[in-house]
Amino acid sequence: MLSKRIIPCLDVREGKTTKGIKFKENIDIGDPVEMARFYYEEGADEVVFYDITASSDRRDIMIDVVRRVAREIYIPFCVGGGIRTLEDMRAVLLAGAEKVSVNSAAVLNPRIIAEGAEVFGRQCVVLGMDVKKVASSDRIPSGYEVVIDGGRTRMGRDALEWAKEAESLGAGEICLNSIDADGTQEGYEMTLTSLISENVGIPVIASGGAGNIDHIYDVLTRGKADAALVASVVHYGTHSIRQIKEELNRRRVKVRMAW
Amino acid sequence: MIAVIDYRVGNLGSVRRAIERLGFPCKVTGETDEILSAERVIFPGVGAAGKAMEFLKETGLDEAVRESLRREKPILGICLGAQVILERSEENGTPCLGLIKGKAVRFPKPLYGAAEGLLKVPHIGWNGVIPRRRHPVLEGIRAADEFYFVHSYYPLPEEEDVIALTDYGVRFPSVIGCRNLIAVQFHPEKSGTAGLRLLRNFCMWDGRYVE
Repeated sequence: MLSKRIIPCLDVREGKTTKGIKFKENIDIGDPVEMARFYYEEGADEVVFYDITASSDRRDIMIDVVRRVAREIYIPFCVGGGIRTLEDMRAVLLAGAEKVSVNSAAVLNPRIIAEGAEVFGRQCVVLGMDVKKVASSDRIPSGYEVVIDGGRTRMGRDALEWAKEAESLGAGEICLNSIDADGTQEGYEMTLTSLISENVGIPVIASGGAGNIDHIYDVLTRGKADAALVASVVHYGTHSIRQIKEELNRRRVKVRMAW
Repeated sequence: MIAVIDYRVGNLGSVRRAIERLGFPCKVTGETDEILSAERVIFPGVGAAGKAMEFLKETGLDEAVRESLRREKPILGICLGAQVILERSEENGTPCLGLIKGKAVRFPKPLYGAAEGLLKVPHIGWNGVIPRRRHPVLEGIRAADEFYFVHSYYPLPEEEDVIALTDYGVRFPSVIGCRNLIAVQFHPEKSGTAGLRLLRNFCMWDGRYVE
């Protein structure tokens, strides 16, 4: 039986992680490579790096990070943030990432999903979606709208329709981030997650809002997510990946327990 | 030297990095000479069977794989490499290498799990393997170990060539092999310490396997 995945997410700016692990003194909390290795050894099933470097001429720093991470961890990892072209995708994949996540660029130019899937294979292409709850309308029947720029720009697109379109274009997975829940540590957006997960045939990674193990349990069960992205809850030492998995296992959620 | 056959399907760097991490010399190559002079051969791959077979035939690498088998070099197929060694694939009815009897088939549609309900295809993520036979390459793999899968098709060889099984709606062969050939549907290079152990076993295997 397939395991539910626990995936720590690291924000990286100019080659440094922007959130650190508070309770660990033996690792450099600013170094994404060290943090990735730490989570790998703790039982993470995958790692996501989100490059938030503002200036595009510093992107080669991220490629160097990817190259170094690939020598340290032997589980899949995904890189997102600022991926706009096939060449951006190629650079990240050649440097050793298993998957690449496209977000804003795909909303503005959906063809990049189809082209990426054609050239690199569907399994490489993750659609990152930022979603905001809005009033239900003719244009946004699900009441969930696609947004970009961290929620500042509303795109007038229905989240459910976009998820289905991205799947048919060739996205291999969806990383679904609720802008409303993100950073609150008050729980994932359950309605949104189950809505999307039940209506697409590709795995959905829930993102945004994890503050404790109950939240993770909920989104992997009632929320129908295939995987849970975790950030602050592990970076700030509220729980370790191991603790999360042990507790999920105790509650009969199938997770990988040997590593 | 271990040759990782380069036939333009997917990211071969991860296989090479894992092998080098284990301390074994390794080269990604599409040259028949280099493959035939290698001590052992890894036959990886992701993507579609049709495109892979086309490229293998065009470059003559299909013969390099066959010859490696005849010369009794240890061969490890990974993912798509575990499918195109069969006689054919249901994926667009593609004729394959025929190193092992059987075919690659798609997960049934719709696919249901007893506990999970409707299952998604491709099968993406970590899952266990249930050994059917002992094999040197699976030595030391524990019952709780899991491996990383990404696939919509799986190998269906004859019963005697099934080495381990995995449950995903159906119970399918995830490790198959005979003689000096072993193939895994999952990605050992992306399966953490369990995957690295399997790769190390392969790097030390003499290619002999008598059930």
